[in-house]
This record gives sequence, C-alpha cells and structure tokens, in this order.
Amino acid sequence: MEEIIQTDKLTKIYDGVSAIQDLVLTVHAGEIFGFLGPNGAGKTTTIRVLTTLTKPTSGHALVSSFDVVKEPDKVKKVIGVVQQHLSLDRDLTVRENMEFRARLRHIGSSERKRRIDALLDYVGLTDQANRIVDKLSGGMKKRVSIVSSLMHRPKVLFLDEPTVGLDAQTRRRLWELIRRLNLDGTTIFLTTHYIEEAEALCQRVGILHHGRLIALGTPLQLRNKLGLVTVETLVRNKETHYQYFADRAAATSYAQNLPPEVKTIIIRDSNLEDVFVEQTGEKVEGD
Amino acid sequence: MVSVLSDIYSVLWVDLRFLRRHWLRTLATSIVSPILYLVAFGFGLGRGISFGGYGYLDFVIPGIIALTAMTGSYNGAGMKLHVDRLFYKCFDEYLLSPISMFSLAVGKTLIGVVRGLLASGALLAVGIVLSSSLIIGPLFVLVLVTSCFVFSFLGVLVGLLAKSHQDMGTFSTLVILPMTFLSGTFFSLSQLPDAVKAVLYVLPLTHSSESLRAAALGQPFPWLSFLALLGFGLVFFAGCLLALKRISV
Repeated sequence: MEEIIQTDKLTKIYDGVSAIQDLVLTVHAGEIFGFLGPNGAGKTTTIRVLTTLTKPTSGHALVSSFDVVKEPDKVKKVIGVVQQHLSLDRDLTVRENMEFRARLRHIGSSERKRRIDALLDYVGLTDQANRIVDKLSGGMKKRVSIVSSLMHRPKVLFLDEPTVGLDAQTRRRLWELIRRLNLDGTTIFLTTHYIEEAEALCQRVGILHHGRLIALGTPLQLRNKLGLVTVETLVRNKETHYQYFADRAAATSYAQNLPPEVKTIIIRDSNLEDVFVEQTGEKVEGD
Repeated sequence: MVSVLSDIYSVLWVDLRFLRRHWLRTLATSIVSPILYLVAFGFGLGRGISFGGYGYLDFVIPGIIALTAMTGSYNGAGMKLHVDRLFYKCFDEYLLSPISMFSLAVGKTLIGVVRGLLASGALLAVGIVLSSSLIIGPLFVLVLVTSCFVFSFLGVLVGLLAKSHQDMGTFSTLVILPMTFLSGTFFSLSQLPDAVKAVLYVLPLTHSSESLRAAALGQPFPWLSFLALLGFGLVFFAGCLLALKRISV
C-alpha cells in the first residue's frame, strides 16, 4: 500500500512547549485518516507542519514523497487544505474565491472556468456562484472552502476540524461530501474532536494527546484492544464507573451480578471516547 | 519572468475585484480628509500667506497630494492585508500556493499603489482647478508613483507585522499621524531649527512632499530627497520579504 504521508519523530516546540512530540505516522494513499484529540492536542500544528505553513523544530515529514521543509513548493502542488477557520475572502463571490485559488495555482482561463463549474455542480452550489461569500450559510461556506481547495486536483486533502460549529444535518451532508471525495480518489487527512465524526468517516484513527500519538489503528482495532462492549454504572454520589468486555454476553453477566446500590446500569458498544478516556483519564470533547 | 508577473497579477487580481466592487466608497473615504485639509489650511488659515513667491494654496497642494498618496497607499495595502491575515484568515491561502514571497509582496504592494494613485489623482484634479501654478510633468508623476510604492511597502510591512487591530491603530497614531502634520506638508521646513529639521528628514513623507512640491512648482529638484525616498522604499520592501519569511516559521 502506497504511503502518502510519512513522519519521523516530528516535533514542533513553541516557546519551550511541545505542540507535537516525536510523531511517527504513516497515512496510506486513498484512505480517510483521522486525527482525534481535544483542543490543544497538537492536531492543527500537525496539519500546519504537513502543509508547509509551519516549520518543524526537528524530525522529518514527507507528503507524496516530498520533504515538507526541503521541497515545500512540490508539497503545495499535491495538497489541498481546508482550515478550521473559513479562509475565504468574504467580500468576494463564491466564483471569485475559486478563481483566486485557481489563479494562484497557475490554472489557465478556460480550464479554470470548466473546473469551477464542475466543482460547483459537484457540491450543488451552482446557483450560489455569484453570491458574496459573507451572505452564505455556515454549511455553504464550508462547502465553498472545500471545493476551492480542490481547484488544482490535490492528491491529499487536509481538513482541520471540518464540521466544527455546524448543525447535525449540515455535518452529515459534509460527511457525505468527504466520503464522495475519498471514493473519487482523494486521500483525506482530517482532524476532529468529535468522536462520532472519527468513527463515521475514518478508516484509521490516530489519537493525539498533549502532542503525542497515544493510539493508532482502525476504530474497530482500537475498540477491540479495550473491549467492544462497555458497561457504565452509577452509584449515588459517586462518579460513573466504566468496565469493558469482549462481548455483550460477558457484559450482561457482569451487570447481573452488580450490588444493589448501583442505581444506573448502561450496556452499550464501546467507542473511541472510551479508548481516549482509558488512555488519558480525560474526555476528548472536554467537560 | 512571465510566471513572476503572472503571480503578481494573480495576487493583485483579488484586491482589484474588491476595489471594483467598492471603488466609490474607497475613493470617497480616501479623499475626504485631504479635501478638509485643503479647505482648512489652503482657504482658511493660509489665506494671505505666501512662500517664496507662491501663494499658500500653490504651496500646500503638492504637500496634500503627497499626503494623500501616503494615506491612500499605506491604508490601501495595509488594512485589507491585515484584515485578511488576522480576521478573515485567508492570507494563508497565499502561503499555501506555490508563488514566491517576492510575487506576493509585490502583488500586495500594487493594490496600495493603485489606491494611492486613484486618491492622489482625484486630489490632483481638484488641485489643477484651484491652482494655475502646478506643473504636472514626468518628474511629478515619477515622484508620485515612487511615493505610492514607498508607502504601500510600508503598509504591507505593518500589515504583516501587526498582531492585532490595536497594533495597526497604534502605528497610525504614533507614526502616520505625526508624519501627516510634521513632514513639510503644510509648512516649509526651512523655517525650523536644524535639530528639528534633522528629525523630520527621517520621515519619508518629508522627502515625498519636498520632491513633489519642487516638481510641481518648477523649483530645483531635490535629488537627494528623491534618493532618500528610494532608500526608504528598498528598506520597507526588504522588511516585507523578511516578515513574510518569518510568518511561515
């Protein structure tokens, strides 16, 4: 399997504080890879380093075999980036924003127009082409941001917290778009602090905590290490207790033998939040 | 070379689209202050004053044109860049594209030059109507364009270095505002003590005003001042390139 992103002991230190520390990671071509972690875990810093916006303090990173420090221009040609903030010129129209990106990537006039029309059609925004970006809804702005980053047909698309701040329906529409892009051949590297997003979209997930990669694998592999079924128990005036089991039968048997002071018992499938909590003692999305 | 020019135009293109949509508002806000200065100083305070055989209005118009070139270029280049960088955060798009820092710096400078020339051109039109002594020759145009470049470079530099909206405001209050009133725009520096003069010659607008006034009134041209203006431009441009390099660390 072709490795499209490789990092070796990648470290970035800001003012004596490690934003990412000794990150060793590979992302395969054609997959949706997710970086899961709470705010401040180092997800955005990782994207900034991989997209050449920030130089690492030490270590190496290759994107499509190009070194992000030594060959930034080659890296820029094969990546698309959708930042957490919109990074669109809100005073320009949708079409102008896309044209601007295309011009910066040296795409000729007729090809520019063809690609803009095709991409707007792809995301159902053809009728919004001449609207000022500032007048669009949050979900539309995000879609414009995504298609604008596709003007030069990148091999890898980096999405930093793509659905943050969006309502559930809009979020699901964006997931659909991300899946469609992936099926059409684009490798996706996304960061998120939403558990359900990582589980719904990503073929493999890396869990990041205080700049360190603490777990890596498919969502099923990560849950399997912990136990696929979780039993949550609550005793009055005490914190919720979690216990993990390989299957539902074992979980049910455990639940049946709990003492009577246990007031609430929930048996459910384990998730990546459980994996994160067990590894770090903290919650991904915070309190 | 073609690729560099094409990249420069691509950077400029975005800002030209914005200008095309908001040209009237941009022009109006650029020339209100200079016209107020012209009325207050040219017709109000300056009535009856003469400098070296010229009426005060003839004297002050080139200074106010230099001032307009400064504010139009500085704000035209710096403000949008600053907003794009810190508020809209779309400036990263330039850094993510394979264009050179040189093309980016020049492209961002050119919109300031365009806006500075638009504003000072409008003032010049008013000046020609009010004063029959103005000579608009190649030297005048050269100084005007050079001034626009110098202050546009300064706008890009400050727009790149500012960490907040307050930083932009602080620079305007502490540097641009004093320069507006002290750089020989409204009075002749020859009347001032040498020590004060030495300080005022550190300001680029002083050289811009003196060169523009000399060219407009047909006086001996102060080539040293023009060279100083070019020097300021080079320093500001080098600063822009360094600031861009620093941003991506």
